[in-house]
Amino acid sequence: MDWAIVIETVIKAIVVLAVIAGMAAFATYIERKVLAFMQRRLGPMNVGPHGILQLAADGIKLFTKEDIVPQNAVKPIYKIAPVIAPVTAFTAMAAIPFFPEFTLFGYTVTPIVSDINVGILFIMGVASAGMYAPLLAGMSSTNKWALLGAARTVIALLSFEVVSGLALLAPLMMIGSLSLIDINDYQIGGIGSWLVWSQPMAFLLFVIAGFAETNRTPFDLIEYEAEIVSGYATDYSGMRWGLFFIGEYANMITISFLVSIIFLGGYNSFWIIPGAIMILIKISAFIFLFLWVRAAWPHVRPDQMMWLCWKILMPMALINILITGIVLI
Amino acid sequence: MSLEQFSKRDASPGYIFYNAEPTPKSGWEYFKRGFSRAIKGELFVGLKIVLVEMLRKGNSHTISYPQEKIEMAPRYRAIHKLLKLQESGSERCIGCGLCEKICIANCIRMETKLDENSRKEVSQYTINFGRCIFCGYCAEVCPELAIVHSGDYENASEQRAHFGLKEDMLTPLDEFKANKQKEFPGFGALSDDADSFVKKTPLAY
Repeated sequence: MDWAIVIETVIKAIVVLAVIAGMAAFATYIERKVLAFMQRRLGPMNVGPHGILQLAADGIKLFTKEDIVPQNAVKPIYKIAPVIAPVTAFTAMAAIPFFPEFTLFGYTVTPIVSDINVGILFIMGVASAGMYAPLLAGMSSTNKWALLGAARTVIALLSFEVVSGLALLAPLMMIGSLSLIDINDYQIGGIGSWLVWSQPMAFLLFVIAGFAETNRTPFDLIEYEAEIVSGYATDYSGMRWGLFFIGEYANMITISFLVSIIFLGGYNSFWIIPGAIMILIKISAFIFLFLWVRAAWPHVRPDQMMWLCWKILMPMALINILITGIVLI
Repeated sequence: MSLEQFSKRDASPGYIFYNAEPTPKSGWEYFKRGFSRAIKGELFVGLKIVLVEMLRKGNSHTISYPQEKIEMAPRYRAIHKLLKLQESGSERCIGCGLCEKICIANCIRMETKLDENSRKEVSQYTINFGRCIFCGYCAEVCPELAIVHSGDYENASEQRAHFGLKEDMLTPLDEFKANKQKEFPGFGALSDDADSFVKKTPLAY
C-alpha cells in the first residue's frame, strides 16, 4: 500500500513534468505566431508546415550550442542558477489540481501530485523562491547588464509580492481554506458562483501581480532588451539559457492554472462541457492574454512599477480586504 | 532666443499646437487624473487594435524572400547588363569608350580592336564591382543604350571577379533567342505597376 502511493506519485510527477515542459515548448511557438500575426508578419514559416517544427529546430540549437562560462563569474553559482528557475516552477505545480478526478482501468486518479492543506501558500512561496534564479544569475555573472537585471529582480519581487498576497487574502477569507481543491469545490454551482463575480477587484489585482511574477510584458523590466541587453541572462547561452526560458513559460502556465482555479471556477464542468475541457479553455485563454498584452502594451519603468504596486494596488487590495471582512461579518 | 521662441521658430500659419492637459498642481488633482485615466479604458484600445490586425485575413506584409521577390523599379541601379541588337543579334556596344572615360570610380576597362570588316569591336570589357559605386553615369552616357543597369541585386558570390566580365554581363545567347532580353525603359521611366498607385484626384468627387 505504501509503495503504491510512492509509485503513483512518481508517475504523476513525471507526467506533469513531461506534459508541462511540452506545453511550455509549444507555448513558445504559439507566442511567436500570435505576436507575428498581431504585428502583420508571418512568424516562423520554413521549418515544417507553417513552421511547426521550429520547436525541434530551437531545441536542437539550444542543446548543441556551446556552453559559455565567463572567466570571472562565480562559477558554482553561475552554473546552478538556471536550474533554480524550472525546478521552482515545477515544484510549485505539485499542489495544483490540474483536472477533476477520473477513473482509469478501475483506479481513481486524482490529478494532483500532493494535496497539501496549505496548497496556495506553498505555490506562492515556491514561485517567489524562483526569483532567486535571475537574482543569483545576475549577481554571479560579473556583467553590468546582468547586475542591473538582478537589482531589478529585487525591485520586482518587492513590488508584486505584497500585491499578490494581499489580493488573494480576500477570496481566501470567503472560502476559509488554502487547499486548491477546496477553493475549486467552493465554486461548484455553475458560472454564477465563480469568485470573479464576488471578488472582481481581487481578480484584477492578482492578474496584474501574475504578470509581474512571470516577468511578462508590462512588467518585463528584469530582461528588457532595449534597456539592459538581456538582463540577468546576458551571459548565458545554450541549454542554461533554455532552462530560464522553460522556467518562465512553466510559471506562465502555473499562474494561468491559479487564476482559473481561484477565480474562474476551476475544473468544474459547465453545461455539457466536461471540467477537463473547461480548464484547458480557461488556461489557453489566459496564455493568449499574456501574448496579447505583450503585443499591445509598452512596458513600465522600474520606479513606475514600484509606484503602481505600492501606492495604487496595495491600498486597493487593503480596501478590498476591509470590505470583504465587513461583508463577511 | 528664449526657449519658447526657439520651440516655435518654424511654425507656419497652418501649424496646430497641441494643448496637452495641464500638469496637476495638488495631490488631489493627481488623484483625479489617475482615477480618470484608470477608468477610461485607454489600454483596451491598444488591445483592440492588435486583435483586429490579427484577425484580418491576408494582412501580412512579409515577403518570403527566396520564394518571392519584389519587382525592382526601372531606375534601380544594380549589376550592369550589356544588351544586344534585337534585329541582328550582334552586340550593341560600338567601343566608343565613353563609359570608360566617364566612370568616376575608374572601374570600367575596355579593349577594342578592328575586326575583319574594319569595324571597331570590343575584345575585352570588365567592370570591377569592388570599386563600382553604381552611380549610373556609364548607362546614362552610352549613346547606343548598350550598357544599362539591371535589377539583379543578388550579387553575392564566391569570387570577387564574378559578374565583372563581358560574358557575364552580355545577354546570354539562349536567353536572347527566347526573346527574353529586357529592354531598358530609360531613366525616369515608370514602373510596370505604376498604374496601381494612381489615385483619384479630388476633382473626381
